[in-house]
Amino acid sequence: MYVAVKGGERAIDNAHAFLAEERRGDPAVPELSVAQIREQMTLAVNRVMAEGSLYDPDLAALAIKQARGDLIEAIFLIRAYRTTLPRFGASRPVDTGAMACERRISATFKDAPGGQVLGPTFDYTHRLLDFKLLAEGEAPVAPTAAPRRELTPHITEFLNKDGMIEVEVQSDVTPPDLTREPMELPADRALRLQSLTRGDEGFLLGLAYSTQRGYARNHAFVGELRIGTCSVEMEIPELGFAVEIGELTLTECETVNQFKGTKTEPAQFTRGYGLVFGQTERKAIAMALVDRALRWKELGEDDSGAPAQDEEFVLMHADNIQATGFLEHIKLPHYVDFQSELELVRKLRASAADALREAAE
Amino acid sequence: MTDYTFAYLDEQTKRMIRRALLKAVAIPGYQVPFASREMPMPYGWGTGGVQVTAACLTPEDVLKVIDQGADDTTNAVSIRKFFQRTAGVETTEHTAEATLIQTRHRIPETPLTEAQILVYQVPIPEPLRFLEPREVETRRMHALEDYGLMHVKLYEDIARHGAIATAYAYPVKVEGRYVMDPSPIPKFDNPKLSDSPALQLFGAGREQRIYALPPYTTVVSLDFEDHPFAPTKADHACAICGADGSYLDEVIIDDAGGRMFVCSDTDFCASRRTATGEPADA
Repeated sequence: MYVAVKGGERAIDNAHAFLAEERRGDPAVPELSVAQIREQMTLAVNRVMAEGSLYDPDLAALAIKQARGDLIEAIFLIRAYRTTLPRFGASRPVDTGAMACERRISATFKDAPGGQVLGPTFDYTHRLLDFKLLAEGEAPVAPTAAPRRELTPHITEFLNKDGMIEVEVQSDVTPPDLTREPMELPADRALRLQSLTRGDEGFLLGLAYSTQRGYARNHAFVGELRIGTCSVEMEIPELGFAVEIGELTLTECETVNQFKGTKTEPAQFTRGYGLVFGQTERKAIAMALVDRALRWKELGEDDSGAPAQDEEFVLMHADNIQATGFLEHIKLPHYVDFQSELELVRKLRASAADALREAAE
Repeated sequence: MTDYTFAYLDEQTKRMIRRALLKAVAIPGYQVPFASREMPMPYGWGTGGVQVTAACLTPEDVLKVIDQGADDTTNAVSIRKFFQRTAGVETTEHTAEATLIQTRHRIPETPLTEAQILVYQVPIPEPLRFLEPREVETRRMHALEDYGLMHVKLYEDIARHGAIATAYAYPVKVEGRYVMDPSPIPKFDNPKLSDSPALQLFGAGREQRIYALPPYTTVVSLDFEDHPFAPTKADHACAICGADGSYLDEVIIDDAGGRMFVCSDTDFCASRRTATGEPADA
């Protein structure tokens, strides 16, 4: 005799206990501390902060530990926590021109004020496994130099001065807030950039790559890529002036893209923009390329039908928490809807068989 | 980390959701955009329903959560636990005792009353989505009451299969105006949508939409005069309680592919057995 399946509750509790045990791994191996993850898995921490939209390296490291290293799961933990936090207000716009740069490169000029600063990059490492790390060797001490005192100017400003690149329209309008209002399409650029900066790195990478291969190609040069710390200032109403409340590491990418112009309007380069929490340069470059591709309409370009030009396609599918939730929900029971389809297909097959029989008679 | 507000969501968020709900009730079948929050459960797993439930719950409510008609499916258990923990409300498995029922994919067999709210979890709220993927377009189509595409789809089904080939999430028209997706309930449940004494609320978290059917709203399943809508179910009676008018799950019971059919609504099935003197957990 069939007994209706019971015990979902106990199964869930047991699954959670099993998960906790698996997360810890072999107890004979020392446990990872959150501080170790924060300090030694920095780029994972940065990705979790960027896509989780919460700048807190300790919480991001905790989320990575809890998620067994599954970064999308960690991002999810951060997002779910973030949404419960009260809003005290908004900071003043962060001035990336005042960034204390750790890395700053330009692909468009051989040299410029502030120079080319490689910083802690994988770029020119040979991708050979370093077996010395197996032995947990001490890291070599890197040579240091005195920090630069002056501001490091944005490279695109030099093009701007000559009118060689489009001028960004200044605006003091409060931008829409993706996390507090439903996404309304068509979206303005501020909303698109918000969506892209928290979007899935892999998704943006794929889209950006597709533009390079000809799906809405926009000839991007990395005008400047800078990584470093910026201070965050907040206007305190009781004080009547802004005070510094903290510091962020940011990655900013400005691309110089294909020019436009007509017989009457002189040719000018156009821009793409990427700004992401932490050292996250793959994401920032991808963001700038996708931003530029999405600007086709305002720049009077043709819609080539490429995915990266399609605002609704990009914005509605960039969020990995939405995507993974819906993708994985198909694991949930669907007995009822599947049953209704079973009945339907049986009925359709029966009537098709009847029709065949009648035709034969 | 333990002092979350009643039913998890902060009061401003609840107010925002209640405003969307009021608008949804005022325009039956219209999809109201709302600023869906990230919930501590994945998108696609009932976050829309959970937010609507959280915004409607009061400490006096008695909550029932079902998935596929059953109270003990894993995700129903998980959502019920969530509200036990965050709202401390009383829960029940009995449809008649509940004041608020959150459901996925079914409408309970036991008729609902004016004292009840039914909250549906909705994956894709847009009935036109698989005919037109663009939100900008489908909103325009609703605004202009341009539903020709849907009728063409149903007609093409008949031309190809001899019948309308939609078995669940069967589209309906609400009060002669908006075409609405009733969430993936089997079309067997569609007649229960219409003229229901209960308030029916639909929450789609990932898609950021809320819609509603106020009590006693007329809801018509789309069809053609010569191909009228017909709710269907497996042509059997429940092997456990003997009910012949309830929606049935098909269960494979042996290696030879033997089947049996049992009520999908576990409370309905258990109550019938209790009424006939059989132990409910047989």
